Amino acid sequence: MKVLRSFWSGLKRGSLPVYSLLAVVFLLTPIFYTIVFSFNKSLRRNTVWNSFTFDNWTHICARQDLCNAVGNSIMISLISTLIATALGTALAIALVRYRFKFRSAVNFALFLPMATPEIVMGAGLAGLFFNAGVGPGFVPTVIAHVMFCLSFVVVTVKARVQTLDPALEEAGRDLYANPSQVFWKITFPLLLPGVLSAALLSFALSFDDFIITYFNSGSVNTFPKFIYVAAKGGVPAQANVIASSVFLLAIIIVLATQISGHFKRKRLQHVK
Amino acid sequence: MAFAAFGSSAPTTQGQTKSGRVVLALLLPGLIYLVLFFVIPLVSLVLTSLEAPAASGKIGEYVPGFDIGNYSYVVTKYWPQIARSFGFAFLATIISLLISYPLAYFIGVKARSRPMLQRMLVTLVIAPFFISFLLRTIAWKQLLADHSPIMEWAHQVGLLSPSQSFIGSEAAVVFGLVYNFIPFMTLPLYTSLERLDIRFLEAGSDLYASPAKVFRKITLPLSMPGIISGTLLTFIPIAGDYVNASRDFLGSSNTSMIGTMVDADFLQNRNYPAASAMSVVLMGIILILVTWYVRKSGTEDLL
Amino acid sequence: MAGELSVAGADLELIDVRKDFPGFTALDDMDLHIPAGQFFALLGPSGCGKTTTLRIVAGLETPTQGRVLIGGKDITDTKPHERPVNTVFQSYALFPHMTILDNVAFGLRQRKVEDPVAKAQAALDLVELGHVGERRPQQLSGGQQQRVALARALVNRPSLLLLDEPLGALDLKLRRQMQIELKAIQMEVGLTFLHVTHDQEEAMDMADTVAVMNKGRIEQMGAPEALYDRPKTAFVSKFLGQSNLFVGKVVDSNANSVSIEVGGSKITVDKKRAEKHEGTIAIGVRPEKATFHESKPTLGADHVLIGPGEIIDIRFTGVSNQYLIEVPNVGEITVFAQNVGKSPVVELGAKVWISWKVEHSFGLRDLPDGTEDQG
Repeated sequence: MKVLRSFWSGLKRGSLPVYSLLAVVFLLTPIFYTIVFSFNKSLRRNTVWNSFTFDNWTHICARQDLCNAVGNSIMISLISTLIATALGTALAIALVRYRFKFRSAVNFALFLPMATPEIVMGAGLAGLFFNAGVGPGFVPTVIAHVMFCLSFVVVTVKARVQTLDPALEEAGRDLYANPSQVFWKITFPLLLPGVLSAALLSFALSFDDFIITYFNSGSVNTFPKFIYVAAKGGVPAQANVIASSVFLLAIIIVLATQISGHFKRKRLQHVK
Repeated sequence: MAFAAFGSSAPTTQGQTKSGRVVLALLLPGLIYLVLFFVIPLVSLVLTSLEAPAASGKIGEYVPGFDIGNYSYVVTKYWPQIARSFGFAFLATIISLLISYPLAYFIGVKARSRPMLQRMLVTLVIAPFFISFLLRTIAWKQLLADHSPIMEWAHQVGLLSPSQSFIGSEAAVVFGLVYNFIPFMTLPLYTSLERLDIRFLEAGSDLYASPAKVFRKITLPLSMPGIISGTLLTFIPIAGDYVNASRDFLGSSNTSMIGTMVDADFLQNRNYPAASAMSVVLMGIILILVTWYVRKSGTEDLL
Repeated sequence: MAGELSVAGADLELIDVRKDFPGFTALDDMDLHIPAGQFFALLGPSGCGKTTTLRIVAGLETPTQGRVLIGGKDITDTKPHERPVNTVFQSYALFPHMTILDNVAFGLRQRKVEDPVAKAQAALDLVELGHVGERRPQQLSGGQQQRVALARALVNRPSLLLLDEPLGALDLKLRRQMQIELKAIQMEVGLTFLHVTHDQEEAMDMADTVAVMNKGRIEQMGAPEALYDRPKTAFVSKFLGQSNLFVGKVVDSNANSVSIEVGGSKITVDKKRAEKHEGTIAIGVRPEKATFHESKPTLGADHVLIGPGEIIDIRFTGVSNQYLIEVPNVGEITVFAQNVGKSPVVELGAKVWISWKVEHSFGLRDLPDGTEDQG
């Protein structure tokens, strides 16, 4: 009780920044741990700190099965992202820009997959493939990944389409551009940031998916599946290396775009 | 004005048939996909849940039927898992909301004057998305393992009795769920708080509302869309999750959830009707709860 | 510079154009002819159909019925990008992902016109923004963006330039300045301008011809001075400036004039300035044409005299004062008096008579909303 009260009065005194810092530290702790243990000279199980080494980083494919799983994951995520982004972008444009009879029904239908737990979607798809006589594998996994990414792409791109002033496309039409030129020269470049972030989200969701993949991939191994199975016996440090490098790459990309965006905005303000 | 009002509906009025064809071309591929790989699987799930064992009696062979018995079987056998799944989901959602709201408020409202800081914080909140959630969960398992420094400290100050382990307990599972889903809660909250017009708050305090009242009467209602989507994005996946509860991660055999049972029945026991019935039960309860929740909060148009 | 851009504008004809939206009719059988080279303003409140008219001419809306002709050629069924028409949008609609120069050159490049960059640069020079070509739209001020939008449209040498409330987003001072510039550019390039606005001052100031629109119809069309001097409908008399309107039955009619009786006073209008000569009609007068007197004046038949009434409100507006006078059985009358001598001329509550020259009265075709036909 005393802790709570002092916490509350602390909040009141304006220690919201401190709280936020703590929350962020909490979020980052396991990430930090994962990165640190990618440098651990581990024995069979990478659970106790032994000594510092670069070996795991220089010999990423020491576990060939791990590297194969990562390769599969990358392929699956790339293909699913491509398909989901294309389908989802078209849906998003149609939903924002056109009024048609079953618009709210379509909106609802696209919300449903997000309200469906992975386990239900995974088991449903696996049952469908089983009944259709198609065994689990690479293609069923891609199909499943496209399905659960689709709704997220639609939501992300829709937000971007909503901010797009219809007058811009009209101006294009007015300035002698035919409908396909309007799309490729005006609509698409302006939607691109939204489409890219949808693709990024899609890739992240797909790359990290475990449950749906587990039900539909059969003998095809993926990175999350590898970790899940390895968790019983002990995850090799190379898994930490791969996760860490994906993480660092993503963070560098995000930070770089943000920082460049920040300075661009600064420069724009300056000129004014 | 008039222009803006007509502008958005312009394509509809420009040649009905032609724009109709464009809409169809945009919608059809996605909708066909949705029907083939979402609607049909759900229907087939329901059908499978009603199948009866084949006459051959072989494991994994079933014939179409109308065997309601699968449902009574899973409900009587797995009611602890059902109760645990929704109990965990409820608890973890509430805790996530309590942790996330002040954070989202700070990033969305207080950090607004410093856009660089704001963007950095958002990046840090979504950072966990970029690293395998299985590995993050394993990291917690090791950080909170019996002889880890954190647990040594917990035993010392008496948070845990000397013989108690944290990992494997229901509390550990809820902890893992909360951790894993905080970003899903924080992001939508941030999005709606970021749009919050500070002048409303100023108007509130100008009209003699105390800070607590301003929060309750203005900030909270205006951030309701974020709360709704945050809680939905958290509650639904948690109810279906079983990785955190797995004995190889933060749970034990005493923390199994619905997903654990679906996994076991589908992939190991090959009792497809039971696994399907279980999934249908999970989906059904979620749909009922979500419908009730959305109606109650009066935000149906958000969807 | 202007020589290169100037072309002969073409005339625009709308024949029997109608536009129905689900639930309402935006345009009701509209006929309109705009001669080549004119600066034509469509003026009206929001929702009157003026923007719909413009969008139909641009091809952004398809009329439910009727034809659109530019330079005598029927373009009703052509697409926006096939029409010799360009638009300056209300929000400017500059492409944010292109530089200013690329924005201006967009239309030229689409039509594969030779040397688009040089022509775009020339158009930017014309609007005195030659130096910002490499910048992005976000880096320009509202007024600058407005001029770029103008250059982007003008550079294509359209037969007809459409302006959709182009000055609506600018502040008052900038708006007045841009009005002058826009008018100068129009004179210089000689194009036909179709300008849509809800700002009556803007329309009166710039246009050769003003059409006042209301509820999907053109109420009245003409030169600004004529519209102001002789509004023909109650709507026009109130929308363009202010008016005092009196409704009554015709009690006296001779070769030259028509009189009605309102609350015991006789109000007369020249027959040639009245649209209707019998039954219940509305007669109006502009507030600045009326004067008031502190004692009952002796006036001839060439004046209208009303009163006495009581001054119930005085408003100081700078160059003039607005007096609101309540006359029993007649209603409230507004009179503007210039602040040339002592101000105000009379005190609140003073008893006054109101008069004006019969030649300043105008007789309307219809009755103001809320009044009943007394015939």
